[in-house]
Amino acid sequence: MSKFITILEGLDRRWIFLAMAISVAGPILFIGITGKTLPETPTPTARAVYRAIEALSPGTPVLISFDFDPASGGELTPMATSLVHQCAARGLRMVFIALWPLGPQLIDETIKRVILADYPKLKEGVDYVNLGFQSGNESVMKVMLTDFAKAFPITKNGVAVGDVVALKGIQRVDNFPLLITISAGYPGAKEWIQYVISSSGGKIKMVTGCTGVQTPGLYPYYPVQLNGLLGAIKGAAEYESLVNSSLAPKDTSAAIPAKYLEAQRRMGPQLGAHLLMIALIILGNIAFFAQRNSKVRATS
Amino acid sequence: MKRLVPMWIAIIAGFVMLLSTFFPITESLGETVGEIFNVVAAIAFILGAGSLAKVNLAKISRRDQGWGYAAITLICFTITLVVGLGKIGVPQSTQFPLLGWSGEKDAEGSIFGWIYEFALVPITSTMFALLAFYVASAAFRAFRAKNLEAILLLSTAFIVLLGRTFAGVVLTGWLPDWASGLRLENLSVYIMQVFNTAGNRAIIIGIALGVTATSLRILLGVDRSWMGSGD
Amino acid sequence: MKPSKTWVIVVAVIVVLVGIRMTIGQGMARAYVERIDQSVEVKANDIHGASTEKWTEWHPVAPKKFEAAQKADPSQTKFAFSWANTIGLWLAAFFTLAIFSFLYRDNPGYRLAEAVIIGVSAAYWGVIGFWDTLVPKLFGALTHTLVHDQVLPSLPAPTTFQVVAMCFALALGLMLLMRLAPKGGWISLWPISFIIGVTAGLKIVSHVESDLVAQSIATFKPLVQPIVSSESAQSGWMLWPTIWASLANILLVVGVLCCLTYFFFSVEHKGVAGRAARVGIMYLMITFGAAFGFTVMGRVALLAARIEFLFDDWLWLIDPAGKRIVEVASAIGSMLC
Repeated sequence: MSKFITILEGLDRRWIFLAMAISVAGPILFIGITGKTLPETPTPTARAVYRAIEALSPGTPVLISFDFDPASGGELTPMATSLVHQCAARGLRMVFIALWPLGPQLIDETIKRVILADYPKLKEGVDYVNLGFQSGNESVMKVMLTDFAKAFPITKNGVAVGDVVALKGIQRVDNFPLLITISAGYPGAKEWIQYVISSSGGKIKMVTGCTGVQTPGLYPYYPVQLNGLLGAIKGAAEYESLVNSSLAPKDTSAAIPAKYLEAQRRMGPQLGAHLLMIALIILGNIAFFAQRNSKVRATS
Repeated sequence: MKRLVPMWIAIIAGFVMLLSTFFPITESLGETVGEIFNVVAAIAFILGAGSLAKVNLAKISRRDQGWGYAAITLICFTITLVVGLGKIGVPQSTQFPLLGWSGEKDAEGSIFGWIYEFALVPITSTMFALLAFYVASAAFRAFRAKNLEAILLLSTAFIVLLGRTFAGVVLTGWLPDWASGLRLENLSVYIMQVFNTAGNRAIIIGIALGVTATSLRILLGVDRSWMGSGD
Repeated sequence: MKPSKTWVIVVAVIVVLVGIRMTIGQGMARAYVERIDQSVEVKANDIHGASTEKWTEWHPVAPKKFEAAQKADPSQTKFAFSWANTIGLWLAAFFTLAIFSFLYRDNPGYRLAEAVIIGVSAAYWGVIGFWDTLVPKLFGALTHTLVHDQVLPSLPAPTTFQVVAMCFALALGLMLLMRLAPKGGWISLWPISFIIGVTAGLKIVSHVESDLVAQSIATFKPLVQPIVSSESAQSGWMLWPTIWASLANILLVVGVLCCLTYFFFSVEHKGVAGRAARVGIMYLMITFGAAFGFTVMGRVALLAARIEFLFDDWLWLIDPAGKRIVEVASAIGSMLC
C-alpha cells in the first residue's frame, strides 16, 4: 500500500495525460466502429429550446447568431446542426449573423451540411440568408435595436439587405419573434440578454446553445430572460435526440444521418473522461490523506 | 490637454449612448455613435495586425532568441494578409459575375479558405483541446477534501460529472419513482436550477453593481485610471 | 541542438505506423474535389451588352463519390484527386500532433505551430475587419463610387450625415494606428477614450436593466408554490410536488440573500450576518463544483473533436459519416493482423 501511495505522490503528470487520451480515444474508436450511441433523456431546458422553435409557424423569421469559432466547434457545431435542422424542417425564415470574426465560415459550413444537403428546395435570399460578421460586439446589438439594416447593410455575398426577400418586414431586431444564439463566450448569450432581450420588453424570445464553461452562468436567466438553454455537449445530445425523434422518417428502417448524431457520439468519450476525472480526484485524495496520516503518526 | 480631451471624449460619447436609451430624439445619434464604434473596432483589428508585425520585425532585426520563429510568424502573416486582401483564388460571385472583386474572400478554392481550414482550425481547436489534459492533471493534484467547503465542492462536482453522463443512469436508474429526485441525472438538474442559480445570481447582481459604479465613475470623470500613467 | 532520443523514437514510431496504415486497404488521408461548372447570364445595360459568364469551381467531395464515379467511368473528369486539399489534410494532422506534443515537453514542432497560428490569426482578423466592416461601411461611404463599381454593386448610396460620421470614424481610426508610430502615439488615447466612453454608456443601462432589476425580480418567488394536478383543478394541491417546489423556491431565495451577504465586505461577518455569509459560502462551493463539472464537460468535448479528426479524416480508422466505401472494421482488422 505504501508503495502505491509513493507512486501516486510522485506521479508524473504525463501519465495522467496518457490516461486522459486513452479514456477519450477508446470510446471514439468503439463508437466509430460499432455506430452505437448512448440513449439520451432530454432535460427541461433542452425541451424548452425545442418547444420554442416548434411554436413558430412556417415562414416566421428567426435570427440565428453564430457567436463562436472553430475552437469551440467540438461542443457547438452539433448544436448548430440540429438547430438549423429543426428550423429548416419547420419552414422558418432563417437569418444568420455572426458577432465573432470566424462565425461566417461556420454558418456557411452549417448551411452546406444541413440546408443544401437535405433541404435543397430552400432558396438563398428567400428562405435563408447569411449576413456575415460585423465588428463592434455589443455596439452592433445596440444599433440592431433601432435599425437592423444599419448594423448589417449587406449580405455575405454582397447583396444589399434592402433587396433581400428573407428580410422583408425586419426593421429592428425585435421584429424577430425568436433569437437563437450559439455562444462560446464574449460577445455571446449573456450580451444578447443584457443588450437586446432586456430592452425588447418581451417582444423577442431567446434560446441559446452554449459551451460548458458558460452554462452555469446562464442558468439564472432561465426561464424569464432566456427561454431555453442547451448546456455543453450533453445539452446538444439531448436536443439532437429530441429533433431526430420528431423528424424521424416515417419509414423507420432509414438510418438517421451521422451528422445528426454527432453530439450523441461524443457522449461516449465524455463518459470515459468523467469516470477518469472522478478516479483521479479520489486517488489524489487517497495519496494526500495517507501522507498526512503518516506525518501525524511520525510527529506523535 | 493630453488627458483633458480624452476624458471629455469618453464622457460625451458615454452620455450620448446613455441618453439615446431614454430619449427617442437622440436614438439616431446613438446609432451613429455605435456605427463609428464598429468601424473603429474593425480598425483595431488592423492595429493588432500591425502591432504583431512591428514586434516580430524588431525581434528579427535584433536577432533575439527564437527570432527564427518570429520570421515564420511574419511569413505566415504576410501570406495570409496578401491572399486575404487580394482575394487570390476567389472566383467571382454568381450575383455579380462581371466583377472580379465581388466573390467571397473565403470561397471554395480560395487560398484564404484553405488557410482557414487546414491551419487556423486545426491549431486553434487543438490548443483548446489541450485544456482537457490540464484539467485532469489539476484535478489530481489540487482537489483535496480538506474541509467542509471542499467536500461540498467535490461532491457537487461528482454528482454533475456522473449525472450528465450515462453513468448517472446506470448507477441510480434503478431508484423507484417516488425517489426519482435522488437519481443522479435529476439531482444534477436540481443542483443547477436551485443552488447554482442562487450562487450565480448573487455573483451577477454583484458584478452589475460593480460595473454600474465603475461606468458611472468613468462617465463623471472621477475614474481616470484607464488613461494610464500619462506620457 | 540535438533532438532527444525520445523524440526521435516517437517520430519514428509515428512514421512507421502511418506508413503501414497507408499500405492497408484504401490507405488514408486523401481529399477529392468535384468540378462545378458555373454559368450566369448577364443582362445588357448602359455599360455592357448581354453575355454569359462561365467559370469552373472545385468543391470538396466525399471519397466514395470519387470511387463510385471512377468505377462507373474510369475516364471521367468530374471528380478528381486534390493535391492541395490532401496536403492541407496532412498539414492539419501535423499541426494537431505538434500541438499535442507539448503535453510531453516543449519542442520545435510545437513552437513552429504556435508561430504559424500567431501570424495567421492576426492577419486573418485584419482581413475580416477590412472586407466585412471597413469596405461596406467606411469605404462604402467615403469612396462609394469605387466600392459600388468594383466590389459591392448593390451597396446603397450614403447620406451626407453618414459620410460625415465615417470621416469621424476614419479620423479616430488613424489616430488609433498612430500607436504604431515611434512618435505621436499619445494621440491614440483619443479613440481609446471614445471606445471606453461608449462601452461605459452601454454597460450602465444594460447591467442595471438585465442583471440588477430583472435578476432581483426573478428572485421574488413565492415561498409556498402550490402545484395543482393537471387532470383536475378541483382536486387541490398535490402534496409532495408542492413541498418540493416550495422547498426549491425557499432554497433559491435564501441562497441568493446569503450569497449577497457574503459579498457584503463592508459589514463584519459576525452574528446573523456571519451565519448568513457562512451559508452563502456553502452555496458558492456548490456553484463552483457545478462549474467545474461543466468545465470538464466542455474541455473533453473539444478533445474528442480533435481525436475524431485524427481517426476519421486523417487515419481513416473510423467512418461515422459514411464518407468512404471501405468497411471500417476491416481496416482496423487489417492493421491488427
